[in-house]
Amino acid sequence: MPVQATPDLMIFGVLAGLAAMTAVGVVAFRNAVRSALCLVLNFFSLAFLYFTLQAELLGMTQIIVYTGAIMVLFLFVIMLLNLGSLQVLDERPDLIKKGLGFLFGGALFGLTATQVVQPFLQTSQQFAPEGFGSPQAVGRTLFTSYVWPFEIASILLLIGIVGSILLAKRRI
Amino acid sequence: METGVPLAAYLGLGLFMFVVGVVGVIIRRNPIVIFMCIELMLNSVNLTFLAFAKYGPATANADPYQHAMAGQMAVIFVMAVAAAEVAVGLGIIMMIFRSRNTIDVDEVNLLRG
Amino acid sequence: MFDVASWHPALQALLRVLLFVLPLLLVVPGLIWWERRLLSWMQDRIGPNRVATITLKSGRKIKLFGLLQPIADGVKLFFKEDITPSAIDRLIYFVAPAVALFPAFALGGTLPWSGNTLLTPIADVNVGILYVMAISSLGVYGIVLAGYASNNKYSLMGGLRATAQLISYELAMGMSIAAIVLASGSLKMTQMVATQQGDLLGVVPFLNNWFIFTPFGFVAAVVFAICVIAETNRAPFDLPEAENELIAGYHTEYSSMKFAVFFMGEYAAMLVFAGVFSTVFLGGYDMFIDPLEGFAGTTLGGLAAFMFKTVASFTCFIWLRASLPRLRYDQLMSLGWRTLLPVAVANFIVVALWILITSKYGVWQGWIAYIGAFGLLFAVYSAVRGLSKNRVDNALAPRSISLVDGTRSVNVADPQAEGVGS
Repeated sequence: MPVQATPDLMIFGVLAGLAAMTAVGVVAFRNAVRSALCLVLNFFSLAFLYFTLQAELLGMTQIIVYTGAIMVLFLFVIMLLNLGSLQVLDERPDLIKKGLGFLFGGALFGLTATQVVQPFLQTSQQFAPEGFGSPQAVGRTLFTSYVWPFEIASILLLIGIVGSILLAKRRI
Repeated sequence: METGVPLAAYLGLGLFMFVVGVVGVIIRRNPIVIFMCIELMLNSVNLTFLAFAKYGPATANADPYQHAMAGQMAVIFVMAVAAAEVAVGLGIIMMIFRSRNTIDVDEVNLLRG
Repeated sequence: MFDVASWHPALQALLRVLLFVLPLLLVVPGLIWWERRLLSWMQDRIGPNRVATITLKSGRKIKLFGLLQPIADGVKLFFKEDITPSAIDRLIYFVAPAVALFPAFALGGTLPWSGNTLLTPIADVNVGILYVMAISSLGVYGIVLAGYASNNKYSLMGGLRATAQLISYELAMGMSIAAIVLASGSLKMTQMVATQQGDLLGVVPFLNNWFIFTPFGFVAAVVFAICVIAETNRAPFDLPEAENELIAGYHTEYSSMKFAVFFMGEYAAMLVFAGVFSTVFLGGYDMFIDPLEGFAGTTLGGLAAFMFKTVASFTCFIWLRASLPRLRYDQLMSLGWRTLLPVAVANFIVVALWILITSKYGVWQGWIAYIGAFGLLFAVYSAVRGLSKNRVDNALAPRSISLVDGTRSVNVADPQAEGVGS
């Protein structure tokens, strides 16, 4: 099937290129702050990829939850640990580990690409109805069909809060 | 609707990010970076979920609306779990650093027999 | 006249962006002048009044009240020596000011400044207010990166403080906005403005239905305003740049134009947040009264109303800066987590209950449920407070600190008694 250079495809190309490069950057940078910054950019470009999939509510949630909260926490912890000693986050190279990692990663990529992604090569028709990613649609589904998973997720978050407070506080 | 972007493009990007995350978890020793790689993997799965939600079911007799919604719900729950996971995980890393003064994962081997 | 509607959509979008960003850039120096003059009046001094005084040959002086002072400052900053410290993380050091400026200008992407849908907002998406929340949560990065890259422990402390502060106040801000979203039934900014047109709560004929006039909206507005000040790092929440303890916090190592970029970003963010405040709580571009027949409905009329409300909100922020001393760090955290967040959540619950009862049983039952729920929540709150009195109230109580050598402790509230300061 010939792929035509539509504006959508060009936008996707730019965003996907950014996401892929920053994903590599997360692993490649030795400095943890730079890794975290790459991950921020990655999540930001993913949010725009969600917009291209018309999931605007989830794109916004992605920015609020990931770039706005989770990555800020990461940076906070990195800096807090850096306060003690500057060398604490330095890494020594380990060639065996690297070789094994790349081997395993390449095998995983090849296997999944040929076995899982390949059947979908021809698919480019979008079936989802208009406005399926709007706040109204998502909210209605979340509070009707998925209300029990939603409640369980809230309990999970509560447990997370209690657990992290217990971990962080020296004296209750 | 046809936008010119094939589904395989999204899947390929998701797969690439996932593999990069896996490699990062294997080769890095800094637990914070390992943690970030796990987040990367979770996000690549999110992207895949949303791509499948948008491009619809492979079989003709499924309801496209329910299908699309199921994909988005999965993403929402992944986000909720990731938020809880980060809060607890970073707390654990802080505890390790506090008690052992190092966070190199290869040095943290108290459970080794 | 230009026929904007027939242009290519991309050109229309570009026009909308320019119509928002260029005036914002032009207004910021004026705001800096306004803040400095207002602060000096409030502190009983004169303030900058020399620049732009033209002396004619006859000896007459044309005074422009120092209106060009920000431009003079800008020129000065531009020509100052740009010092780059040696032991810094160069890439992040240079990127940080740009990262700080980006959210300030991106924040207004869904903000309507007039009723003309062709010219504003830039994108009337159905996640409008969520967009504002999302972009405002990015505001922390510029500060954190600047603090980290400077390789200066005071800067790093400023960055750390900013992180904790912004994460804490983001929550209360979101919850206060959530109550308004419930009441207006939409996340769209234009829809929020439309809800605020008409009589107050449908029954009071002489007031507009601005959310700040409704009880729940007033609570949300107070919480939101406090959170906005904390998000933009303004006094009394300017701990990340507290000059007496952190020198200047995250921008200690920045000089010349890079410092000016931080400065400008802060003011632009202030202005846009004031615009968000006036849109969400003060009716946006909707004019209170219509002095000229039909003026309120036009583009210019909407702009005038919006600008008036925005500058009024901005002035209130300056007023707060002149009135309140800076908070201590634990007071800041305690205010955010123990006061603002519970109040915002309680407000949210009450609004939800009110809407539910109103839609199910009727208007008056809704109001009874509203008052009852508020009373109940207040009773629960005071009961919890009474039960844990000695643990909750200690945030504002005087504390003692131990001196560096650890030999004795000093009561902070009464330093003279221990001989500190002599």
